[in-house]
Amino acid sequence: MEGDYKFRINNLNVFWGKAQALRSISIDIPANRILGIIGPSGSGKTVFLRSLNRMNDLVPEISVEGRILLDGEDIYHPDVDPVKLRKRVGMVFALPVPLPASIYDNIVFSPSLFRIRDRKKLNHLVETSLTSAFLWDEVKDRLKTSALRLSGGQQQRLCLARVLAMEPEVILLDEPCSGLDPISTAAIEDALGILKKNFTIILVTNNTKQAARVADNTAFFLMSEMIEYGATEQIFTMPRDKRTNDYVTGRFG
Amino acid sequence: MDRHFFDELNSLKQELLNMGSLVEEMVSIAVRALVEHDVNLLETIRQNEARVNRLQVDIDEYCLKLIALHQPAASDLRFLLGISKINAELERVGDHTVNICKGISVVLEKEQVKPFIDMPKMVEIVSSMFKESLHAFVILDVDKARMILLRDDQVDQLRYKIIQELIELMKKEPEKVETAVSLILTANSFEKIADHATNIAEVVIFVAQGKDVRHHFEDPLL
Repeated sequence: MEGDYKFRINNLNVFWGKAQALRSISIDIPANRILGIIGPSGSGKTVFLRSLNRMNDLVPEISVEGRILLDGEDIYHPDVDPVKLRKRVGMVFALPVPLPASIYDNIVFSPSLFRIRDRKKLNHLVETSLTSAFLWDEVKDRLKTSALRLSGGQQQRLCLARVLAMEPEVILLDEPCSGLDPISTAAIEDALGILKKNFTIILVTNNTKQAARVADNTAFFLMSEMIEYGATEQIFTMPRDKRTNDYVTGRFG
Repeated sequence: MDRHFFDELNSLKQELLNMGSLVEEMVSIAVRALVEHDVNLLETIRQNEARVNRLQVDIDEYCLKLIALHQPAASDLRFLLGISKINAELERVGDHTVNICKGISVVLEKEQVKPFIDMPKMVEIVSSMFKESLHAFVILDVDKARMILLRDDQVDQLRYKIIQELIELMKKEPEKVETAVSLILTANSFEKIADHATNIAEVVIFVAQGKDVRHHFEDPLL
C-alpha cells in the first residue's frame, strides 16, 4: 500500500438523522490502485462511497464529520464546488441508467454541459472513452442507435464510458456488476484492471470473490465501522479479525 | 451443491482422520515389530497400506472438488490446503511403516545383535510425536504443534547415536553387517516419520494462524 495517496480520510463520521451510518473511518487510499469495499448490506459501504464525491449532500438528513482529503484538499471545504468535485470523482451505479438517447449522445452529454462544443474533440472523447470501457468494438458502427437497445452488460460499460468521458481522476463503482452475467462481469473487471493505470478506482461490491479478483486492497465494513483494511491477498488468506474471516468465508452476511 | 459447504468440510476432515487412524495403527504395528519382535501383523499393515493409498486419492479429489465448487477463502482455504498437505504426509508415513516391518523381518531371521536401548527410546518419541501431530490437527492446537517441532532434534540426536553404535558394531563384528544395515534403515525410517509429524505440526500452525513456519521462514510481520 506504498506510494501516493489519492484520498486521505481521517475520523469520518456520517449521521443519517439520529442514526450513525459511519463511525470513525480513517483510511488512506493509494492512487492508481483498486480499493475493494466489502461488507454485508447496511454496513455503510455505499454511504462511504457517496461521501467521497459528496453525493450524500443530496440527502438533507445526512451530515458528515471528519476530514476527507483529495490530493491534500478537504473536499468538504466551503470553497469546493461539488459539481466540479464530481467531475474529478466520477461514479458508476449498480443499475445502468443510460439516457434515452443515442450511444453517442450518452457520452457527450456531460462534456457538453462543461461547454465542450468542438465536434472533433467530442468525437475523440467518444472513441477513447468507449475504447477504455471495452465497448468501442461492439458499438462503433452504430453510435447513433439508442443506448436503450444495448444489452445490460453493454449498458453498464456505456455508463462507465460516460464517466470516463468526464476525464475523472477517481472512479467510484457501486455494485457495478450486480445485474450482469459472468461474461459481462469479466469484461468490466478486465476494464478496471487496465483503467487503474490512469485512475484510482474504488469498488463497492457484495460479491467478495469479485473484490478478491480485482482489488489491490480491500476494506471490510460491518455495522458502520471499518473492521479491517489490508492488501487483498492478506484479507482473503489470513484476515486478522475473526469477523473478517467469518464474512469472507460466508459464515455470515 | 447437494450439501452445505461446512458439512462438506467436516466430512473431509473425518475422512482424513480415518486415514490418520489407519496410519496410526500402522505405526504401532511397526513399533511392536521392533520392540516386541512381533511380525505377525505384516499382513494387517499391507491391508492398511492399500486402504491408505485409496484414501489419499479420494481425499485429494474431494479437496479439488470443494475448491472448484466453492472457491473458499481465508481459514477455509487454509484448511483445504492443510488437508491436502497432511494427506501426502500420512501416505508417506504409511510407506515407512511397511519398510520398517520388512526390515525387521530380515533382522529377526538373524540373531539379535545388541540389546535395543536407544532404539525403543527413539521409537517411543516418534510414535508419540505422530499421534500428537494428528491430535493437534483435530483441535487446531498451535501450542501442541510447536511442542512437536521442538522434539524433532531429540530424535535426530538419538538416531545419530544409534547409527554410531551400529557402525562400531560392524567394525568389530563384520559378520553382523547385514543386520546392522537393516537396523540403520529402520532407524532412518522412524526418523523420517518424525519429520512427517513435524511437517503435520507445521501445517497445523499454518491452518490455525496463517503462519508459514517451514524452514524457519516465519514472517516477522505476522
